[in-house]
Amino acid sequence: MASAVIAQGLRKHYGDAVALDGFDLEAPAGTVCGLLGPNGAGKTTAVRILATLLRPDAGSAEVAGFDVVRQAAQVRYRIGLVGQHAAVDEILGGRQNLVLFGRLFHLGARAARRRADELLERFSLAEAADRPVKRYSGGMRRRLDLAASLILAPPVLFLDEPTTGLDPRGRNEVWQAIRALVADGTTVLLTTQYLDEADQLADRISVVDAGRVIAEGTQDELKSKLGGDRIDVVVRTAGELAAAAALVGRVTGAGAEVDEDGRRISAPISDRVTALTEVVRALHDAGIAAADIALRRPTLDEVFLHLTGHHTDERVAA
Amino acid sequence: MIGRLRWAVADGWTMTMRDLAHWARQPTQVVVGLLFPVLLVLMFGYLFGGGMVVPGGGDYREFLIPGMFAMTMLFGIEATFVSVTTDAARGVTDRFRSMPMAPSAVVVGRSGADMLNSALGLAVMIACGLAVGWGWRAGIGDAALAVALLLLLRFSLIWLGIYLGLATGSPEAVMALQILVWPLGFLSNAFVSPATMPGWLGTLAEWNPLSATAAAARQLFGNPGWGGDSWIAQHAVLMAAAWPLLLIAVLFPLSVRRYRRLSR
Repeated sequence: MASAVIAQGLRKHYGDAVALDGFDLEAPAGTVCGLLGPNGAGKTTAVRILATLLRPDAGSAEVAGFDVVRQAAQVRYRIGLVGQHAAVDEILGGRQNLVLFGRLFHLGARAARRRADELLERFSLAEAADRPVKRYSGGMRRRLDLAASLILAPPVLFLDEPTTGLDPRGRNEVWQAIRALVADGTTVLLTTQYLDEADQLADRISVVDAGRVIAEGTQDELKSKLGGDRIDVVVRTAGELAAAAALVGRVTGAGAEVDEDGRRISAPISDRVTALTEVVRALHDAGIAAADIALRRPTLDEVFLHLTGHHTDERVAA
Repeated sequence: MIGRLRWAVADGWTMTMRDLAHWARQPTQVVVGLLFPVLLVLMFGYLFGGGMVVPGGGDYREFLIPGMFAMTMLFGIEATFVSVTTDAARGVTDRFRSMPMAPSAVVVGRSGADMLNSALGLAVMIACGLAVGWGWRAGIGDAALAVALLLLLRFSLIWLGIYLGLATGSPEAVMALQILVWPLGFLSNAFVSPATMPGWLGTLAEWNPLSATAAAARQLFGNPGWGGDSWIAQHAVLMAAAWPLLLIAVLFPLSVRRYRRLSR
């Protein structure tokens, strides 16, 4: 399978701060590639270089078969970009926005209007088409933003934290829109700080830290590397914490982390159902009353702790 | 090459139309913008006008109106600044830069729309001037030259607006700009003759590019209160062309450099 996005050894620094430090990436055509990492890991810088907005200090990148520096114009006909803000004109209506961007993508007047109507229909914005965008909800703005990026049906789409700042409903709306795109064969490069978002949407995930990809693979391949699922137990009284932690540690066969303030015990597990059943039974047998028991995916912070040995907010001192 | 030029023109036109669509969406804002200088004319012409003395004698409103034309051109800088910073802050500038449109279209469209807006503003002010008894007393050719010099000043201020917009990048900074625009406007011959100011301040006011345009407009319209003893006051028309051209010569490359630096 051909690669829609290839980045090799990308470097970029701002003054003394290193944003990218030998960034490598390969996204096969027709897949969703998730770039997962905390704030400041270099995800946005990478996307901006790939979308021809920034020049790298070193390294090279190809998007849809064209070099992002030397053949920027060709790349721009083949990409869509959804940045962290909904980059649409707030004063104009949704349809006016799409026609404007269509014209700037060099569609004829009629073709631009037709494409705008198609996209409004597809992203369920037809009813709000003539309302000024400043009266749109966050989810609607994002959908319009997405629609504006898809005017030329580009083979490669960059989504930089597309659901940041959205409520759960808006997030669901955007996720659905992205899934529909992928079904059409678009290659998507998605950056996110949320493991569950990468889980929901991405075929392959690259974990980014300090300007470099530190782990890469499908979700299943990464599961063990990412530390797998976790079980959380909250006890009713602080006095039961030690006993419960020992118990959870014994059942899961791994060191349980204890959060004293939250009276919460957390441990990695391999089999969800077995772990849950056994923890519940063991607690019951020991006479410990749990206030809450839950299975969950690890947070990004836990993944980082697992992969790098440091939390997302701690930079290793150089 | 021809293809590229064709797209530069077409994309520039599309961007101009975008701003015209903004006007249609926000007619109140446009009307308020057009009427604000009219309000100033009424305020200065009738409220303060009684206490004003025109050097060499003459009606104060005849003196005031060309100054207000120049002020109207200066006020336009706020519109330029807000448009540039709003696009940058919302990421719209990034979207444009990631698209295959002509890179020049952003500024061509900006200039086109701002110049149309200012021409309209000037037309409203001329109508307002005629209504309060102002008129052009010299030939129509001179009057046309005065209008051209006023629009040239506005054109140079577009580049100041674009440069400041790219440099600050935040629409909220317009508050600071508004505060700066006022002293810049008042420290000129727009409302009062620099001859009435303390010596050094008067010299500063005379060298204000706004004064050159206002004085040139007074001279070309045949209105009172232009000229003076200093070199600059005697060469108003020359300076009304030289100042804006100098501003453009400095700010145009600076703006282009700022724009390019976005990709650094």
